[in-house]
Amino acid sequence: METFVQVLIDGMLNGMVYALVAAGLCLIWGVMDVINFAHGEFLMVAMYVSYWLGFLLNVDPLLSVVAAGVFIFILGAMTYQLIIRYTIGKPGLVALLATFGLAIFLKNFCMNRFSPNFLILTDTWLSDKTFQLGNLILPVPQLAAAIIALIVVGLIYTLINTTRFGWAIQATAMDRDAAELMGINTERIYLMVFGIGGACVGIAGGIMPSYLAVHPEVGSMFGLIAFICVAMGGFGSIPGALLAGLLVGSVEALAGFYIAPVFKYIAVFGLYLAVVFLRPKGILGW
Amino acid sequence: MQRKALNKKDAIWLGFVALLALLPLAPVVAANSFHMHVVILILLFASMAQAWNIIGGYCGQVSFGHSVFFGIGAYGAGMAVVTYGVAPWPGILIGVLLAAAVAVVISYPCFKLSGHYFAIATFAIVEIFNRSFMVWDWVGGALGLDYPLVKEGLSNLMWYDTKTGYYYCVLILFLLVFGVVRWLEGHRFGYYMRAVREGQETAESLGVNSTAVKLAAMALSAALTALCGAFFAQYNLRVDTPMVMSLDMSMKFVLITVLGGSGTLVGPLLGAAVLIPLQEYTRAFWGGLGGGVDLIIFGLLIILMVVKQPAGMIGIFHAVRKRLIKRKNAGKGDSADDSP
Repeated sequence: METFVQVLIDGMLNGMVYALVAAGLCLIWGVMDVINFAHGEFLMVAMYVSYWLGFLLNVDPLLSVVAAGVFIFILGAMTYQLIIRYTIGKPGLVALLATFGLAIFLKNFCMNRFSPNFLILTDTWLSDKTFQLGNLILPVPQLAAAIIALIVVGLIYTLINTTRFGWAIQATAMDRDAAELMGINTERIYLMVFGIGGACVGIAGGIMPSYLAVHPEVGSMFGLIAFICVAMGGFGSIPGALLAGLLVGSVEALAGFYIAPVFKYIAVFGLYLAVVFLRPKGILGW
Repeated sequence: MQRKALNKKDAIWLGFVALLALLPLAPVVAANSFHMHVVILILLFASMAQAWNIIGGYCGQVSFGHSVFFGIGAYGAGMAVVTYGVAPWPGILIGVLLAAAVAVVISYPCFKLSGHYFAIATFAIVEIFNRSFMVWDWVGGALGLDYPLVKEGLSNLMWYDTKTGYYYCVLILFLLVFGVVRWLEGHRFGYYMRAVREGQETAESLGVNSTAVKLAAMALSAALTALCGAFFAQYNLRVDTPMVMSLDMSMKFVLITVLGGSGTLVGPLLGAAVLIPLQEYTRAFWGGLGGGVDLIIFGLLIILMVVKQPAGMIGIFHAVRKRLIKRKNAGKGDSADDSP
């Protein structure tokens, strides 16, 4: 029983980070109906930002989070300005394929610059620290990542639902033309949404090098899991993405521990299929 | 107007046939085996994209799961040769039938999902197959299947000296797949598929059984895809999961078709004729530099092409044609029917 709870908690800590990555994707997807295939690669770039800040300037990932978030915000805004802007109003596959090209570019650019080797930061403030809670042992780096992720998801949710800017985003998501007639600069909303979606994944990637190795392929799996979380939670629903992230994290950890490590992703993807076959619009979708 | 549309279609068709008539000569022209390799890949990927086009373009169901069927075809041929030591032909047949059966079984629940939920479900299925095959010892697991050296020739579908044999095989494959789709275009079933794409509810209200149409289209598409997979295995003399049954492979089906123009007969060929040389020649020129320079350029070119020409390569032809007609009309002095 204790093992079960321990594995479950480890999974849920991971799940909260998944939720943050998914929240960024969810925002872009919900508002613009654009599938950002390079989302996982944004995460990878953020991890490199944080890694190099730590390696060269001795900045701890806990602080690099901010820099990584800002960096990916700019990267996201640039992606919108240079690529996505031209695909709005075109068939949905166009944006997907353009971002697929971007993903190939980013992955290989990082491989070219930073080599395909696994890089990890040692001796960070949090590394190797654990936190004892009764009989449970919580690794502090993962715990910190989960808490930061939860806070950021909460902030995004509040931003969307309580501020004027958030209402403008919602209005744009519902009907772009009508929103424009109401005086909302939808072009700017799109730019900001892509930036904020990027910032989410940037923050997630910023904290990760303190417990996870960075390499050019690291983003692919996170990107896929983010897709699964967004669809499982219901498109455009941030609480849904959070719920799905926690579910995916738990199932991944439990299947990896009780069946075999190779089955953890089979279980995750199987879970998605099971959920959408039962609820074709996701858990909280309608 | 009717006459004009007919003329355009005839012109494209004539050009296409002329191109096909020249194709058997390619081995004579391309003495260089690298160019030959590129031509073979163009025809193979055009066939794969055309097979995807049946369900993705004509029927409007965007599947990212086609590498599953491609992989089943490849494993069918590979296991016949490597595991059982016989000619690939029975394996190819089993692979094709199995791919169609698997397509029906996994598509049936997936077709209840709409839009993005369907697309993500096909992603999930590829990953499940990919990871299962990686740990499944009977199919070679993570090591994959390496072909033994056997006698070359058509009976073993294997050639070592030159690529000419492969060339004629892939040409037949190409003609078969394009022929099937050409036939579908004029056939009742082709109209059903397009009706389902344009509006499933409307099609159903007119008595089209949309689920049956989609399942049949998927099965046909999967069977042809598996055939391409079998050729791919015979051509590479190796089968492993990341190569044949991965998301990257799935993306190629979609990328080529959309790049060329999805839902059109020549689109997949155009897409493959642009994308494959790009991929192969960037690899030849810059691959040697190491560190993925070729893929950096490849990625940038994909972005550029997709953004600049979202309707696919076929869009360029339509734009050129429109301009020509406009000029002709302006010359004649009647631009009355030119209004949009």
